[in-house]
Amino acid sequence: MRQSDPRPLSPHLQVYRPMLTMALSIIHRITGSALYFGSALLVWWVFAAAMGPEAYATFQSVAASLPGQVILFGFTWALVHHLIGGLKHLVWDTGRGFDLVTVERMARLSVAASVTITLVIWAVVLFSGGNP
Amino acid sequence: MVQLTLPKNSQVTQGQSWPAPTSPKGEVKEFRIYRWNPDDKANPRIDTYSVDMGDCGPMVLDALIKIKNEQDPTLTFRRSCREGICGSCAMNIDGTNTLACLKSCDDVKGAVKVYPLPHMPVVKDLVPDLTRFYAQHRSIEPWLKTTSAEPKAEWKQSPQDRAKLDGLYECILCACCSTSCPSYWWNGDRYLGPAVLLQAYRWLIDSRDEATGDRLDDLEDPFRLYRCHTIMNCAKACPKGLNPAKAIAEIKKMMVERQL
Repeated sequence: MRQSDPRPLSPHLQVYRPMLTMALSIIHRITGSALYFGSALLVWWVFAAAMGPEAYATFQSVAASLPGQVILFGFTWALVHHLIGGLKHLVWDTGRGFDLVTVERMARLSVAASVTITLVIWAVVLFSGGNP
Repeated sequence: MVQLTLPKNSQVTQGQSWPAPTSPKGEVKEFRIYRWNPDDKANPRIDTYSVDMGDCGPMVLDALIKIKNEQDPTLTFRRSCREGICGSCAMNIDGTNTLACLKSCDDVKGAVKVYPLPHMPVVKDLVPDLTRFYAQHRSIEPWLKTTSAEPKAEWKQSPQDRAKLDGLYECILCACCSTSCPSYWWNGDRYLGPAVLLQAYRWLIDSRDEATGDRLDDLEDPFRLYRCHTIMNCAKACPKGLNPAKAIAEIKKMMVERQL
């Protein structure tokens, strides 16, 4: 058989129907990568505390600024979401939760839970007078 | 490797619109179908066909056959049994992989978009090249392997052990699941994919098979098995209602259990 070379690759992401489960899979990886950089912020925080009041004040001013708060909020959500995603994978690793109804339910629940928990954490910190 | 966009020669262009039926007996439905002909030396294109659903069977395959018979004999696709048992007419319809013979046209709102199975080399129109998929199936040695002396008659199996094959033996190797899997899209050269892993599990838990250890050894690999990230597209796509993701999870469990 004569082959035209090379054959085209059929469309994939371009045509596949977007689904929550599929999106959550890639978001799990993205939040995981974000945490990698987020942990650098934690190191900075600990370092600043060890280096003295001036260094700590610098950290605090950055953390309290609007972009700093947005990053911290995102970091909190990434942490909570990745944690819940990890628990979901733990359930799957036992061979449970694979029927499609449960899969869909776990997907929706994980989004609702991560958003709620993040908001609760921030509400508690803000209303207790703290500066996250 | 992950490449989110299509290569230059694969980018899809707008094709032609075929004339609508003049005096339709029922609703006229549009079908937008992926076309590529190796002889054209051109990029793939989307052709639009209008089908009189008042004079057409209910399934997408019926519409494809009608188009081929009455409008455009060059439209190329695989089909055989037209009842969901041969797996030939697997394709991407309305954004998900399924069998054209089991997909009702009424289930699709608006125009019916039809593409070949995703992220595969295209032979012509809706016909993908499945050579690698079959080679991967061959690689897991999908047959009974034994070391004990051959029994005089058949290898016996209790009803309970036979029941473990339910949900696995029904697989028709249509490749809907494997080609729905982003992991298989990006690493299909090294990751076996859901269909082949479901088949691997079918032999791993067969009570008559005596090569379980060797089979697990062959799968113990960061790519062949562990590229599965439980994305779940496979189970959602399977036209037979099987669950390759669960079968893969069971293989991963067997990997852990044999270490304990």
